[in-house]
Amino acid sequence: MSTTEVKLAAKRGAKVERPRKSHRAVGGDLFWAYLMIAPLMIGLLIFYIWPTFQTFFFSFTKWGYFGTYHLTGLSNYQLLLHDPDLGGALINTLIFTVLSVPASIALSMLVAVLLNQPIRGVGVYRTLYFLPAITMPAAIAMVWRWLYNGDYGLINYVLSLIGIHGPRWVSDPHISLYSLILVGIWGGIGYNMILFLAGLQGIPRTYYEAVSLDGAGPILTFFRITLPMLSPTIFFATVISMIGAFQVFDLVYLMFPAPSLVIDSTQTVVYLFYKNAFLVENKGYAAAIAVLLFMIILGITAIQFQLQKRWVHYV
Amino acid sequence: MKKLISLSSIVLLLALVLTACGGGGSSSSGQNVTLRYSIWDTNQAPAMQQIAAEFKKTHPNINVQVQVTPFTEYWTKLETAATGGSAPDIFWMNGPNLIKYASNNVLLPLDDKISADKVDLSNYPPSLVALYTYNGKHYALAKDFDTVALWYNKKLFDAAGLKYPDASWNWNTLRDAARKLTNPSKGVWGIAAQQANQEGYYNTIPQNGGYVISNDKKSSGYDKPATIGGLQFWINLIQDKSSPTLAQMTDTPPISLFESGKVAMLYAGSWNAIEFAHNEYTKDKVDVAVLPQGKQRATVIHGLGNVIFANTPHPQEGWEFVQFLGSKQAADIQAKTGTVIPAYNGSQVDWVKAYPNFHVQVYIDELAYAVPFPISKNTAAWEDVESKVLNQVWAGQMSADKGAKQLAQQMNQILAQEQQSS
Repeated sequence: MSTTEVKLAAKRGAKVERPRKSHRAVGGDLFWAYLMIAPLMIGLLIFYIWPTFQTFFFSFTKWGYFGTYHLTGLSNYQLLLHDPDLGGALINTLIFTVLSVPASIALSMLVAVLLNQPIRGVGVYRTLYFLPAITMPAAIAMVWRWLYNGDYGLINYVLSLIGIHGPRWVSDPHISLYSLILVGIWGGIGYNMILFLAGLQGIPRTYYEAVSLDGAGPILTFFRITLPMLSPTIFFATVISMIGAFQVFDLVYLMFPAPSLVIDSTQTVVYLFYKNAFLVENKGYAAAIAVLLFMIILGITAIQFQLQKRWVHYV
Repeated sequence: MKKLISLSSIVLLLALVLTACGGGGSSSSGQNVTLRYSIWDTNQAPAMQQIAAEFKKTHPNINVQVQVTPFTEYWTKLETAATGGSAPDIFWMNGPNLIKYASNNVLLPLDDKISADKVDLSNYPPSLVALYTYNGKHYALAKDFDTVALWYNKKLFDAAGLKYPDASWNWNTLRDAARKLTNPSKGVWGIAAQQANQEGYYNTIPQNGGYVISNDKKSSGYDKPATIGGLQFWINLIQDKSSPTLAQMTDTPPISLFESGKVAMLYAGSWNAIEFAHNEYTKDKVDVAVLPQGKQRATVIHGLGNVIFANTPHPQEGWEFVQFLGSKQAADIQAKTGTVIPAYNGSQVDWVKAYPNFHVQVYIDELAYAVPFPISKNTAAWEDVESKVLNQVWAGQMSADKGAKQLAQQMNQILAQEQQSS
């Protein structure tokens, strides 16, 4: 190393490294920043990231009872191809997602627009619509099971008053999936509504003033101003709801207690995962199901991010 | 919102992990020790707590914490906890799961302790001692036993002008009575033909001379005509419309229908007596009789055992509690509170006395012809198939004959795999 080089290096070091060192050192800014996020990061690493890698690994293993396992290569993935339940579960999950997500988004946007008006007691209404989002799924499922009861349920009682003989909402295999979707839509409105309310309030008033000067009515205003300005929120809500819908489990588990006749027509992919992991003790295969679902969600989310370039307007 | 939830759950989990690590320290006797005792029946929790309190009087340094997990989640939770090494110190065991847990070294063999403390196993019915013996070793002290009998609603019988069920009843008497008790305009059914093994076809199959699993555990009995007849008994009741349909019983559990006067008769276990005695509706309107006889008399008998987790940090304290649970004193508490029929010989009388309004003596009388609960090494595997196939039979999608034969075939496959793996 020549002296000039050393000098240059020292010069660079003096310029770049010294402040970095002081940030990193014990007591420096970065040190404190890392320390502050450490509880969250450690938790994430232990409970989310490490298990994710483990799941990939376990999908190549076969489990015995009480935690014993051995490597089996790709046999779990071969089993995926031959599982008579998997096709049905995938279709059920797909139907659930395709029907519940758009309906939930549309309804929550409608509710958000209505609750963005200066009406009396708006806080009460917002709270009411948000309540399902903070209610325990177990409580939701129990109440809906009661509402849906074929003989003594409230819904069929009301229907009987107007002369309609209501169906067996949760015990008829042809209907149960749609009963589940209804609850899914209802439960999804609150959370998305809050997102949309925040989005709506982020739209500058000047745009509305401008179109009203141009003489646009409320419908035109909604489609020309509100909707495009809200598109980033719609995109976010859709992605989140879609991921949630693909992973629906708690409602299925709680509303259709096994063993029941309807489980074949309502079981979702995550339900199948649960069944294999914890009921029939096939944890390696369950891991393979989880990996498959991970791939599906990853793929669909990637497609959504590609498509958003065409319809999402960022200001 | 979701972040907040995950963040707080992480903090909670960390706290749990840290306390769990801290809790597993040294334990010499004399130090204060807390034992976790896991059970699945809320109805029995008060009696278990009473036993724990009584135990503390003689063992002031041992605290027993009774933890209730509903039956549907009990085994899932227990297996996960056992895998992670954090299973409760003492827990309830049943017949179908014994071999699985014992053969995987999750349970502490009790033989050394039994002989050291001179526990006399002849105090318990031999069939229950045998149920909890695997490869010649004892894994549990018997807690209780249960049989199944016919409960009926006296009010509905009076309204229909029928005589109450008694020992003279057979399958035909029951079927006729069920038909007469059914009153569609009032929404009342004669009986609930539930798709349940212990409270259902595990009784009627032996009554018809059939069996579920062969004695050598190698073959299914479901393709035998006598076994199919035991299933057909229930299907007939549904086809007569004397029972709610499977879908109706999925919406509202049969026991709720019975407890609200919608169903006049119900096959129920002796463990249900305490619930019927406390229920506002049933406490003064129902009574119980022996099961109607088929070709012969039969009821399925089963019983629970108290076991110790093999990796408990407190095996000695655990054993002292299990020993107490198996004592006459604990049996008397279970009997006098009417909780369950204790396994300890001679204490059954007090259980019967706890129900002056019900003729629960029939549960004890049925011991004379009780048949053991069918189990094998991996009972859960074929029980899953059993309930899946029979659901279709109960729903009328398949005849009992066809369903049972299909079930036999699948069950034989599972049993063959079981033979290979052992």
